[in-house]
Formats: sequence, structure tokens, C-alpha cells
Amino acid sequence: MNKFWIVLWHTYITKLKAKSFIVITLIVSLLTFAVTNLNHIINFFNKDEKKIIGVIDQTEMFYEPLKTQLAKNRDRNLELKLFHGTEKEAKQKVKSEKWDAFLTLAYDDKQLPKATYYANTIADSDISGKLEQALQQLKTALATAKIGLKPEQVTQLYEPVPFQKIALEKNAKTEAELNQARGLVYALVFAMYMFVLMYGSMIASEVATEKSSRVMEILISSVSPVQQMFGKIIGVALLSLTQFSILFAVGFSSLKSNEYELFKLIGIAHIPASTLVYAVIFFLLGYLLYATLFATLGSMVSRLEDVQMVVTPVTLLVLASFFIAMFGLDSPESPFITVTSFIPFFAPLIMFLRIGMLDVAGWEIALSIALLIGTIVFFAYIGAKIYRGGVLMYGRSTSWKDMKKAIELTKK
Amino acid sequence: MSLHLEQVTKRFGNVTAVDHVTLSIPEGEMFGLLGANGAGKTTTFRMILGLLEPTEGTITWNNETINYDKSHLIGYLPEERGLYPKLKVKEQLIYLGKLRGLDKQTIIKEMEYWLERFKVPEYAEKRVEELSKGNQQKIQFIVAVLHKPKLLILDEPFSGLDPVNVELLKEAVIDLKNRGTTIVFSSHRMEHVEELCEHLCIMHRGKPVVYGALKEIKRSFGKKNVVIHADFPLDELSSFPGVVKAKRTAEGIHLQIEQEEVSQRILAHIANKGFIRKFALEEPALNDVFIEKVGAAYE
Repeated sequence: MNKFWIVLWHTYITKLKAKSFIVITLIVSLLTFAVTNLNHIINFFNKDEKKIIGVIDQTEMFYEPLKTQLAKNRDRNLELKLFHGTEKEAKQKVKSEKWDAFLTLAYDDKQLPKATYYANTIADSDISGKLEQALQQLKTALATAKIGLKPEQVTQLYEPVPFQKIALEKNAKTEAELNQARGLVYALVFAMYMFVLMYGSMIASEVATEKSSRVMEILISSVSPVQQMFGKIIGVALLSLTQFSILFAVGFSSLKSNEYELFKLIGIAHIPASTLVYAVIFFLLGYLLYATLFATLGSMVSRLEDVQMVVTPVTLLVLASFFIAMFGLDSPESPFITVTSFIPFFAPLIMFLRIGMLDVAGWEIALSIALLIGTIVFFAYIGAKIYRGGVLMYGRSTSWKDMKKAIELTKK
Repeated sequence: MSLHLEQVTKRFGNVTAVDHVTLSIPEGEMFGLLGANGAGKTTTFRMILGLLEPTEGTITWNNETINYDKSHLIGYLPEERGLYPKLKVKEQLIYLGKLRGLDKQTIIKEMEYWLERFKVPEYAEKRVEELSKGNQQKIQFIVAVLHKPKLLILDEPFSGLDPVNVELLKEAVIDLKNRGTTIVFSSHRMEHVEELCEHLCIMHRGKPVVYGALKEIKRSFGKKNVVIHADFPLDELSSFPGVVKAKRTAEGIHLQIEQEEVSQRILAHIANKGFIRKFALEEPALNDVFIEKVGAAYE
């Protein structure tokens, strides 16, 4: 068997069997299941709980319409109770928790309703919000009736303006396509960020562990550093794919049983195949670039504790691409976005964003990919050198100077 | 299958770690590389293995350079011992053995043989971090020899072991040599090299100061040692003609003499002075050679 595959398989299997991996996958699966069933969970807790609200109607006019309005709004868990006692008695009822709240209705100076809401705490804005909304609608109805508008006319008034955007350029994306692209860019940004943070530092600490346990010297005497580095990188990539597949399967099946149309939800259904292909290409290249960087950095430290320190700059690069992508979603045509889509560290996200949202010329995509691949090859080359030298260095300090020293070690 | 180092030099910046070393190690021999810490032993090994590139000179094995294609023929016990602390001994050996080109069945068969031989068969299912340092070293040795290498490089194989385990390991090394393995090993313990090697090289600050067959080296050294235990004072012998060095011991004196003949004159000189418990003419120790060549006490 080729040694590359031995390293890859070993990395994959030992990580897969590790307790920490199994536990984390289990916990995240449970979380995914919980999130996708959130509506069930909320309903479960809120099922029969009717909120009772006492109402003191000083006008003796608004109580019935308000009740009707609430019924119209389908706020069934609110139960209004007309009360003829004093405010003091009402307050007492709230304090003793017979009622959840009470409301006093009165006229304002324009003969329109005004209300005061009393509850033990006003932290829960759910009830008060619903009441306020219903009252607002009531007020609108009353006010418009006063100036003689019919209900149909009021509806017309509130109807949204039909506002259609049409792109004149031949290959420009339609509004629907743009929304889908945005969704996909979000998904990619998120996946990238997760991958780089979780699995990138896994690679770095994997390398650092081998180094700090000194098993590295045996390894590099039997496998070339390049094979070893990429065996590890791809092994971890497979591991992450395994984890993602599990989570996806859990999420998907649970959404399906929930009768959501998942594909409709992220808007993937009508995305052109080429965009999806680009998503995969840029994702893989981005992963490779960052993973190579992390492996190189991992080989620089002698102790596991130092890993976080050296990987921070790379993590910041990922964060930077994240923010640039967020900006780019609103203005994909700005020169800043165009420029950053060629910078290899940002290209995986930003060039993909442009491809999804604009009509990017073929040569631009090719150039960006070529630059990206070039950078990966460059870092793999440098990384393999540093890797080979770095693993023979056991200095206490970890500085960028050491990187130079590590490269020198591999020279003649 | 002999190993040749031709004018090999390694510089790290301004520091010359290995300085024009020329060595030839015949097939099936056990070769000892001696030297203090920092003498350049490990750097030499790393160059032989191809982990470091020599600044000057060439290293060939059977007229070819050593690269990753030959890694299944080479076994290496690094000075910095290291295994995966969290992995079981068995998993560890399977992974590292596969990287040396073995299949799983062979690895398990070999592993059982070696664990049995080192009297620790129960360790197969234990994690390395649970083992004592000496036992970890046995595992490390197994990693180096599992694939029956043709060339075995052992960097300080006996350091940190108790005498019983040193003997176990020594026997294993001798066995491997008898099976035809070419073995290069380093040590800062002179007696191990004297016991095991036909040929040796003493390095000092990167330079080979003594190189050749052990017997040859001792013979050409010329000087011999005389050990005398007697009941009367022997201090005057330190200025006896032909005596190079004298060291008083609890029971008498320890002399280094220029030639064997001097010993007879000393014997004649002290013969009638009193009771002599012991008078012995001895071969020089490697340590004497080392001190002579390096000009400084060793250890």
C-alpha cells in the first residue's frame, strides 16, 4: 500500500475512534435534532397554558372589538376577562397570580383608545406585544372609520408596492438567483469558517502532538514529509466529511419528518449546476490552502500549548474573509471585492460570491483558481520544508525567526 | 551492502557539526560511533538517513544514495525516543510497521516474537503512556527492528536502561548482527563499544579522531596498563622511566606505560620491596585511547 494512504487511513481511523470525536458528534447531533424540532419543543411547553388578562374598560366600548380583533389575529392563548372592580383589586389579582396581567382601556383626547398594561414583570413582551398590535389595528379601524374610509380602502392603503427589479445585462442574475446565491454564499462562509476553526486546529495539534511526543523522527525517516502532511490533511478532511454527513443526515431526516422542504428552505433547487460545482471547487481549494498553513504552523511548535498561539494569525485571515464576504453580499460589484477575489486567502469565499451573484468572465475565474492553486503549491513546498526542518527543532521559543531556521535546516 | 561516508561535512550557519568524516562500514558488521554529547553523532545519523542534507560530501549505501524508496531496508532508533502516547502498543507497531512496508499479519507475528523475547507479552494491548520509560524503550527498539532491516541505526540504544535490560538488548543486537544486519550504533559508554564492535570511530567536535578496527587501534596505541596491588607504598613509581601516567587506587597503583617492556623493569624494581598481591599487564582501555587522542578526560 502506498504510504500516503497508510497515513491517511491511520489519521482517519484513530481520530474516528477517539472518544472526544464520538462524544462531540453525538452532542452536536442531539443539538441539530433539537434545533430542527424547535417548534415542537416550544409547543410542547406552551401547549395548554392560557394567559388570562383582566380588562378594565373605562370606555365600555373597546372590550368587545378588542376581543374580536384578537380572535382574528389567531392569538388563541390569550383569554380576556372583563372586570368591573377597582384597579387596586385588579392589581391584587395579578400579584396573587390569578391573572397574568391586566389592561385598562380609556379614551385619549382624540376619542381613540389608549391602554395601560400591568403585569408582575414586563420582561415578557409576547403578551403585551400581541395586545398592543390588536389595539393598534383597532385604533386604525376606528380612525379610518372616522374619516369615512371603508375597510377595503384601508386594506388597499396597506398593500405593499409592486416593485420589480430587472437586470438589463444579458447574463445578469435574476432576483431569485441572487437570493439563492446569497444563501449559498452564507452556507459556504459558514462551512468554511467551521472547517477551518475545528479541523484546522485539529491538524495543527495533530502535527504538534507527533512532534512533542518525538514520534516524528521515526515518521519522517520512513515517509516523506509531503506524503505525510497531505495524508494527514486529507485524512482530517475525510473525518470532517464523515461528521458533516452524520449531522446532515440527522438534520435532514428530522426536517423531513417535520414536513419542511429543506431544499426550498435554502433555495438550492434552482441554482445552476455550474454554481454548485464552483462551490465545491472553491471549498476544497480553500480547505487545502488553510489546512496546509495549519500543518506548517503545527510543525513549528514543540509543545501542544503553543498551537493556539501560532494558528491565531490564520484564524484571523478566515475571520477577515468572513467580514469581506458579508460586505460583498450587499455590494458585490465594488472594486474592493473584485480585488480581494484574486487574493488567494480570500478568493475561495469572495470569488465564489462574485460567481454566484455576478456574471464573472471565465478568465477571471481561471486566474483566481490558478493563483489559489499556485499559492497552495507554494505553501505545500515551503510547508514540507519547514515540516522537515521544524520537526528536528525542539527550541522552546516559537517565533517567525524559527521558520527561517527550519528552512535552513533542510538546506545543504 | 556497505555504507560509505565520503568527506561528509555538515554546517549549521557558522557551526560545523560534522567535519570531513570519511567512514566505510562493511556489510554485516557492527560499527560503533563514540563521542561526547554534541560530538556530531546524531547529526551523522540523520545525514545517513537522509533527514539532513550534507553540506559537503556524499553518503552511499551499496553505491546508491539513501532515500524513501529504501526505508523498508533501514531501521532507526532515534536518540529522542518517541511513540504515540495514546496509542496501544499493537496499534502503534502496526502503523509504524506498515510505513516500513510490512503487512499486518507479519507485524503481529514479529511483534509477538519480540514482546516474548523481551519478556513483556502483556504489553500488546497497553497504551504507551502506561509503560515505564525503560519498557517504552524496548517498544521503540522493536519498532526499529520489526521489518528485519538490512541497515540498523541505533542512537544511544542502551542509555536509560537497567543492567538486566541492557543485557537483553545487547543479546538482541548481537543476534541481529549474526543474521547479517549491518549495525551502526552510537554510545558514550566506551565499554559497550569495546564489547560489541569490530570497527569504531571516535568523534570529537565533529571530527573523527580515531577510526579503524578495535584491535588495530589498541595495538597501534602501543601503551599498556599495569595494575599493582601491594602492601608497601608505590608512589615513587609515578616517576619511574617509561611511566606515562600514574593513578593511586585504594589497593595500590594504576600505571600507564609506554611499552610492555617497561612492566618487566617495574616488576624487577619492586620485587624485593615487600608483599605484592597483584601484578597485571593489561591492554589499554578505549577510554585511554580517547583521552590520549582528545587530550581531555572523558565522562
